[in-house]
Amino acid sequence: MVLIMGIFDKIKSGLTKTREQLSARTMDVISLFSKVDEALFEELEEVLIMSDVGFETSGEIIERLRQKAREERIQDGEALKKALQSIIADIMGADEDFAVGTPTVILVIGVNGVGKTTSIGKLAGYFKSQGKKVVLAAADTFRAAAIDQLEIWADRTGADIIKQQEGSDPASVVYDAVSAAKARRADVLICDTAGRLHNKKNLMDELAKINKIIDREFPQAQKEVLLVLDATTGQNALSQAKSFKEAADITGIVLTKLDGTAKGGIVIAIKQEQDIPVRFVGVGEKADDLQPFSPEDYVRALFE
Amino acid sequence: MAFDSLTEKLQSAFKKLRGKGKITEADIREGMREIKLALLEADVNFKVVKDFVAKVTERAVGAEVLESLTPGQQIVKIVHEELTALMGGSNAKINISPKPPTVIMMTGLQGAGKTTTAAKLGGLMKKQGKRPLLVACDVYRPAAALQLEVVGGKLGVPVFKIADSKSPVDISVAAIAHAQKNGNDLVIIDTAGRLHIDEALMAELIAIKSSVPVTETLLVVDAMTGQDAVSVAKSFNEQLALDGVILTKLDGDARGGAALSVRAVTEKPIKFIGTGEKLEDLEPFHPERMARRILGMGDMLTLIEKAEQTFDMKKAEELESKLRKQQFDLNDFLEQFEQMKNLGPLENVLGMLPGVNKKALAGAQLDEKKMGRVGAIIKSMTPKERRNPDIINSSRKRRIAAGSGTQVQDVNALLKQFEQMKVMFKQFGNMKKGGKGKMRFPFA
Ligand SMILES: Nc1nc2c(ncn2[C@@H]2O[C@H](COP(=O)(O)OP(=O)(O)OP(=O)(O)O)[C@@H](O)[C@H]2O)c(=O)[nH]1
Ligand SMILES: [Mg+2]
Repeated sequence: MVLIMGIFDKIKSGLTKTREQLSARTMDVISLFSKVDEALFEELEEVLIMSDVGFETSGEIIERLRQKAREERIQDGEALKKALQSIIADIMGADEDFAVGTPTVILVIGVNGVGKTTSIGKLAGYFKSQGKKVVLAAADTFRAAAIDQLEIWADRTGADIIKQQEGSDPASVVYDAVSAAKARRADVLICDTAGRLHNKKNLMDELAKINKIIDREFPQAQKEVLLVLDATTGQNALSQAKSFKEAADITGIVLTKLDGTAKGGIVIAIKQEQDIPVRFVGVGEKADDLQPFSPEDYVRALFE
Repeated sequence: MAFDSLTEKLQSAFKKLRGKGKITEADIREGMREIKLALLEADVNFKVVKDFVAKVTERAVGAEVLESLTPGQQIVKIVHEELTALMGGSNAKINISPKPPTVIMMTGLQGAGKTTTAAKLGGLMKKQGKRPLLVACDVYRPAAALQLEVVGGKLGVPVFKIADSKSPVDISVAAIAHAQKNGNDLVIIDTAGRLHIDEALMAELIAIKSSVPVTETLLVVDAMTGQDAVSVAKSFNEQLALDGVILTKLDGDARGGAALSVRAVTEKPIKFIGTGEKLEDLEPFHPERMARRILGMGDMLTLIEKAEQTFDMKKAEELESKLRKQQFDLNDFLEQFEQMKNLGPLENVLGMLPGVNKKALAGAQLDEKKMGRVGAIIKSMTPKERRNPDIINSSRKRRIAAGSGTQVQDVNALLKQFEQMKVMFKQFGNMKKGGKGKMRFPFA
């Protein structure tokens, strides 16, 4: 399928820089040491830390690698690299389709500036290309011009948009949008929300309220809650995942800005600790710069 | 608040060091290991951490520490000094051009917070008597110019844009002319977020710089940034010769290690920090305070400044004289509580005090409830009762409890607390005027 091919190329091109950087280091490390010794493990751990995997998770992964190397009597660097890849792929889980039934509601949440609205624009384009009817809910009523921003994406992708005035109650926008999605027999309703720092209790309460409205008003719909994470973010993403999970049960992550040099390794720690899978990756600012996440591709692109 | 967990880590590291009379080289290494882990967890770049730890170890392993009577103190001092030095010596200001207008260009990755920060900076400079002009040069992100117009409007700062232009260079040039004609002595150019590896877009910023006289090129960095902060900052600095950095979203719970990383690779000062979504939430960056905070010395200075701003000086004088005459009553007590509330959430206030860690603050929310109860109880008293609490007998107590929706025990507890406070203030009042108590070093 053309779509699938495109996906693979995109991930690869999006991660080219990532791959070059990370694998350049990995390769150095591996060619530097002819045999598998303690220094090599330490260097590999360093590479993981530099990819934002985090100290703890990196340590655990390297521990597993040590064990595997012992059990399988791994002698050379190349085989060790393969073993490391398979360990990380194993943590990230199996390739799995993000299948949406009709109707589906997707609530998109995250801290400020991570790429929620842009990802919604991209998702709208993605579902539109599958011939689905898409409605967007402009429930970021707080940030200046947020509604206009989403409206431009609605125009670009041919999605419907439900909105109210800036400053109105976001829960009421979502309420309206659910009614509209039902009335118009939409396949997918995607709700934008204002960026919020996860340590602000009142804003997280507001989010929980929005989440409840969806459950109450649209119980027949398949519900997805996507947390958007910026690949540039470090260890704080763990805390974001934890807090947002308390407000709304996250079903997946959208990892954005992978077209930069950041590796987004914190998603490995999040999957390991909180079992939240990555669903999509963002690799640019255009409508088609969004791709379903494939653990295999991600790990391969990281190390090749 | 930022850096809290790092504080905890370092505190526990130092506790280990403090346990002994004299520390050995091995102790220092153990302490440094803890510091290394803490810094890594705080997202300080791996290489920056390595350098930092090496530097501090080198200084600490000398006789200077080993011969010292209080080795723990000595190490805290060294780590603190190095941390302060790494984040910049002193609080840096915006450079003002001798030939107006001063031109500030905001740059950074997507989503770092440039537009909001540009507006905040405009608002701040306006308060300081400048006549700023905001310039909308983000021609890519949908509705970016509109966003700037809205925030500019809220602050009463004019916004310059050319609706049908896709050229940030043209817009900047026209904006300078506009500023000169309209007497704007400060021009703040908001640019689109871009990746440091996007050559075309980086070239655009270089073109702006060569077309208009930019006084200050500022890099806006999200406090949540991880290891990549180093490559981003290095790249922007190499291509644009930065003058400074603004760190945003410090009201989150990120430990903000990016501050150290960025400073280490660019050697450019962090000039401001963004501490909230409101347009006045922009503060000068104080490296020394930040370093103290990291070390668990607390941000005493900030707390004191904040308290000074909040507490009404005249009322404070009145209170002092009342204290001296020992006329402190429940009305004053209530007022004290109200002023405490104005300082902000209890958690924030306590977080600035030395030696208070986040875990210990877990109950703070409860206390705030208690504080609310105090207000309710006192407000249920008659003016006479407030002035003279001695007349409050058990039937009055029952009435007050019912009126405030509390229990008689609560009323009793409050009255007891009030008595204790009176005793405390009495001692306070007996203290010689001007004889300020010497602040104790938290690690002594
Ligand atoms: N390079 C790159 N930029 C992205 C990506 N996704 C989003 N962006 C950019 O990041 C910036 C912020 O994106 P928004 O979609 O406005 O982020 P948001 O989370 O909705 O922001 P708030 O609503 O303000 O909290 C914009 O400039 C986007 O173009 C991505 O995958 N790669
Ligand atoms: Mg948005």
